[in-house]
Amino acid sequence: MISARDKLIAHTVLLVGALVALYPLWSIFSLSISETKSIEKSELKFLGIYFGNYVEAWNRGAFNQALLSSLFVTISVVLVTLLCSVLAGYALALTKVPFSRTILLLLLFGLVMPYEGIVISLYEMMDALNILNSYWALILPQIALSIPFSVFWLRTFFTTVPKTILESSTLDGANRWQSLRYILIPLAKSAIGTLATLLFLFTWNEFLLALVLVPSNSSAQTVPLSLSFFAGNRRNSEPPVTAAAAGMVALPILLAYVFLQRRLIRGIISGAIKE
Amino acid sequence: MLTKSHNEKKWRPRRIDLLPIIFVSPALIFFALFVIYPIFQTIWLSFWKWDRISPGIWVGIENYKTVLSNPEIYSAFSHSFVFIVFYSAIPIFIGLIITTLLLRVRVRGEGFFRAILFIPQIISTVVVAISWRWIYAADGPINNFLILLGAEKIATAWLGNFDTALIAVGLIGTWTNYGLAMILFLSGAQRISQDLLDADRIDGASMWQEFRYILLPSIRGEILIVLIVTMTLALRNFDIVWNATQGGPGNATAVPSIFIYKSAFVNRYVGEAAATSFILAIVIFSITSVLLLSRRESDD
Repeated sequence: MISARDKLIAHTVLLVGALVALYPLWSIFSLSISETKSIEKSELKFLGIYFGNYVEAWNRGAFNQALLSSLFVTISVVLVTLLCSVLAGYALALTKVPFSRTILLLLLFGLVMPYEGIVISLYEMMDALNILNSYWALILPQIALSIPFSVFWLRTFFTTVPKTILESSTLDGANRWQSLRYILIPLAKSAIGTLATLLFLFTWNEFLLALVLVPSNSSAQTVPLSLSFFAGNRRNSEPPVTAAAAGMVALPILLAYVFLQRRLIRGIISGAIKE
Repeated sequence: MLTKSHNEKKWRPRRIDLLPIIFVSPALIFFALFVIYPIFQTIWLSFWKWDRISPGIWVGIENYKTVLSNPEIYSAFSHSFVFIVFYSAIPIFIGLIITTLLLRVRVRGEGFFRAILFIPQIISTVVVAISWRWIYAADGPINNFLILLGAEKIATAWLGNFDTALIAVGLIGTWTNYGLAMILFLSGAQRISQDLLDADRIDGASMWQEFRYILLPSIRGEILIVLIVTMTLALRNFDIVWNATQGGPGNATAVPSIFIYKSAFVNRYVGEAAATSFILAIVIFSITSVLLLSRRESDD
């Protein structure tokens, strides 16, 4: 029997775990709305909350440009990666690809390979191609680095599609392109959705590649890099302003998460278990 | 049947099926150009002495000798192994304890708790590092709390102190990863049938026995996933260290990736940096293959 005491312990443990997970965000938020001496503008209040630090951070850091860059880079990476990996995942799951075992092994190798192993060469390569400090320097490698995970994710999904569904579609005279387009992709909608969300998060949050590949062009820098430079700049040494900048960067992702969390977590769990 | 397949062979001799090749190509081209090729280029660069300005000099394995005789590299790797404890071992330990506790109880609002516990995983590592920099700051919340308790003697700039910086950075990793471990373990535990647990409890199984003989065997797959993901994070670990301490104070929190970044892009010892990144990649590959192979063996 489950005693009331066990129930209490379990709920307390989860509550403490959740509070610990939220605490850093809470602390940075409460810091960001504390009034600073250097910017004494008490009229910058809304519903009794002081947001002068946000105004200051927004004006000093070029976050509007960074947000646009991040959005452009992330959406391009997600779309191209999805396109490539739906095709490859389908082919590797349900058709006979020559050397498929070697291909899968190579992709597995790419899945565990640390970015540190290639950033130096990527820098040289982008430099040689004259696209260092441009969007391309970020987009191309991030597509390539997202492909192993995405192909495995979709291949795993396509192998679990019941054979009867595929057979009935070929009986109806559909060719492979049609059965992918009209049967498999609609079936994979939620697997693709979860994958797209994960890719979005990975790309949006990527820091090392941005630091190495767009180090000196602020108009192509993504949000994490801008924030890192902003926080490292002595001019912005007031903690509340830095906190406000961090808050602004975290907010869009947190808001999107509020709407997507249920599907995202369910999708990750079912995807992770199938692997 | 036999004649039919015979006929087919006659009708279209050795036709190559092009569609699978066309479908796989875009992904493979991206992967080959921007992942496989750079790996070989890194290895190639690691045999040169080069500073991006003067022409390179072929030095063979000299860079590897330099790197492997540098005590700072060993201390960087030893920091990585400390981080494995904080990024991987402690989160898994916390996750297992909590899952064992929750195995006995149906929690209301489990989805809600899950969503909150996953938040550390979705937030940009730069934001994470900035918030912890504030929490650990000399005038930050931890020290304020200690002063409130009358323990101002312990108060310190946690990330600036040689004795505490490594542990302080490690705990950031614990914070980012324990929710991930919990979520995956809890979802694995849901596969355990309630009947089995009930029968066990009637037999008077202790919590330890429930953990050892029911929970542990049924979530082995999840433990392996969390182990691989978090150990790789601990060994790579650039973002959080860079944004929290840049490897300082001194080299107290330096890890191999910080070393690679600094020698490649600050000091311009490109060859040495390439050699270090190849060594780091080998270490990570070895650890993940051992873990993957161990699963294959225990599955058989």
